[in-house]
Amino acid sequence: MKNKLIASFLAFENQISTETDTDFHKIRSRAMQAFEKKGFPTKKDENWKYTSLKKILKNDYTLFPDLPKNELELKEVSNYFLKGIDSYKIVFVDGVYNPYLSETTHDGFDVCLLSSAIKKTKYQIVLNHYFNTIVSDKDSFSQLNTAFASEGAFIHIYKNKIVEKPIQIVYFTTDTGKDCMLQPRNLIIVDENSQVKIVERHQSLSAKKVFTNAVTEIFANQRAHIDYYKIQNDEEDASLIDSTYVQQKKQSQVTMHTYSFGGALTRNNLFFYQKGPHCNTILNGITLIDKEQHVDNQTNVYHQSPDCESHELYKGIYDDKATGVFNGKVIVDQIAQKTDAFQQNDSILLSDESAINSKPQLEIFADDVACSHGCTIGQLDSNALFYMRQRGIPKKEAKALLLFAFTNELVDRIRIPALKELITNIVSQKLGVELGMDL
Amino acid sequence: MLQIKNLHANIDDKEILKGINLEVKAGEVHAIMGPNGSGKTTLSSVIAGREDYIVTEGSITLGDENLLDMKPEERSHKGVFMSFQYPVAIPGVTVTNFIKTAINAKRKSEGKEDIPAAELLKMIREKAKLLGLKSSFLSRSLNDGFSGGEKKRNEIFQMAMLAPKLAILDETDSGLDIDALKTVAEGVNKLKSKDNAVIVITHYQRLLDYIVPDYVHVLSDGKIIKTGGKELALELEAKGYEWI
Repeated sequence: MKNKLIASFLAFENQISTETDTDFHKIRSRAMQAFEKKGFPTKKDENWKYTSLKKILKNDYTLFPDLPKNELELKEVSNYFLKGIDSYKIVFVDGVYNPYLSETTHDGFDVCLLSSAIKKTKYQIVLNHYFNTIVSDKDSFSQLNTAFASEGAFIHIYKNKIVEKPIQIVYFTTDTGKDCMLQPRNLIIVDENSQVKIVERHQSLSAKKVFTNAVTEIFANQRAHIDYYKIQNDEEDASLIDSTYVQQKKQSQVTMHTYSFGGALTRNNLFFYQKGPHCNTILNGITLIDKEQHVDNQTNVYHQSPDCESHELYKGIYDDKATGVFNGKVIVDQIAQKTDAFQQNDSILLSDESAINSKPQLEIFADDVACSHGCTIGQLDSNALFYMRQRGIPKKEAKALLLFAFTNELVDRIRIPALKELITNIVSQKLGVELGMDL
Repeated sequence: MLQIKNLHANIDDKEILKGINLEVKAGEVHAIMGPNGSGKTTLSSVIAGREDYIVTEGSITLGDENLLDMKPEERSHKGVFMSFQYPVAIPGVTVTNFIKTAINAKRKSEGKEDIPAAELLKMIREKAKLLGLKSSFLSRSLNDGFSGGEKKRNEIFQMAMLAPKLAILDETDSGLDIDALKTVAEGVNKLKSKDNAVIVITHYQRLLDYIVPDYVHVLSDGKIIKTGGKELALELEAKGYEWI
């Protein structure tokens, strides 16, 4: 797979015009060299100890799928969008922008495509200032993504804007006849005092194998508020490596919600850099998987300024042979006095063959900080089960209700009502809970 | 209605109930009193079917049916209700949704369709009014952040909605102030009829001022050692359990 990627890179470079984007050409070439040198990680890498890539890398993916034969009809995919509310949408089908399903804007702020932003000179300064500035050069998947980065969402919210409508970024894959690999790249900039809510989803619509290697860079400038939701509820043959880098300036607040409900392999690499005092970083995660699915959550919070906070709560339910990883890294620099960092990972294992590897990693170089972490792994409370059965609810349903209650603390934190409904529906459906009408 | 004969039960190989005999007829209220550790909670748990307890001898029948063969949910469907001393919180599931789930589970066991929404709503309004519950209470998550009094009232509300044949109130008075105690007792009294029966399990006599029993049984070391009328409760209150 590595060799194929290297060979394809030249073809890719020829395919896109090199005249107008010489800076990009340099960035891509450097990234390709970095990837070539490092290659894919293996289980010998400490950060990949519990996640094997063998299964997904042995596949022969096509990097440039043919354009979809049939245009997707809205009604075929409407279930994957938020219902009953107005929103901006940036929709891609097999890596190609789909204007018919999208709703972009340049009215007061930009919600558009990275490819078109790259081509227009008026965006050059912004792009040069932000693009690929916070991506880790040690992460070979991110480097690979940079090498092939040509398409994705570009969102720029200018200062003092509260964007009322949520923005949805959706990547669909269809049956193009081949297994395919996609490398979407998102760039999100939120300027001073502005607020935005963004929902990102990767969704396979066929039984073909899909491997997505996504990178998102997010910049939260002074006092910006960003609520970012990742929905991962994919088909069994879809795998996702998602790396998201977030830079926060003073008094900004970024909340990242990660809902991992399905897919063969899902890896979430989150990197937060607090670059000013009084930043707040909130990470919420729900993992709910079964069969042989695997979800690996890697969180990296770099406290690089004083008086900042970070709060992480990840909950997981694992059934059958499903496995999970939670690796929560908090690095507190010497300058980052008065840091308040909290991390909690709670898991429920429903079968003997399911497993979770939970590992907190605190590296603290400042002396006046409050950092804590906790981890629980357990089964269901027998008292609570008996209570529900006493009221006539059969054991299976009672279990499901208890699991629903376990995740509810996190579902309750969703600030878009239509999304809360969507997630509640997915969770209750997965758990087999019927929660029809609320009177 | 309820017949318990020579009931012996263990938990973790330790015998807690050592031969209980009890008959409760429709329309009756029985109080079971006794010191801590006498087996009161074990008795109610065994009637309701808690699986941690192993019945080694004896029988429990409700009408003609052998309860010991049934799962907890099946006993509930047959009309056994037990009010918990410590009701469990279920965040994200409202009081209304929970009771709807419980009612529909019972109806399903009887081969009936789900309860129509309008009928359920009407019933909820009636029973809530009976117990002085506000409608805002019904849309809260079950027992989540409820005060002690709210939890107990919620238990009696569920009892009202499920209309059991046999209601067992396990230490329902614990943690209640006198006003909450009165409300709960009034609720139980309103639900009492000639067709159902109530077993009140309590350490103290005070609840029995409000829910007046026909019989009082004293449980000690896994056996009923004395049975009398309501005056026995007063005597116990005055003289303590040592007196027996």
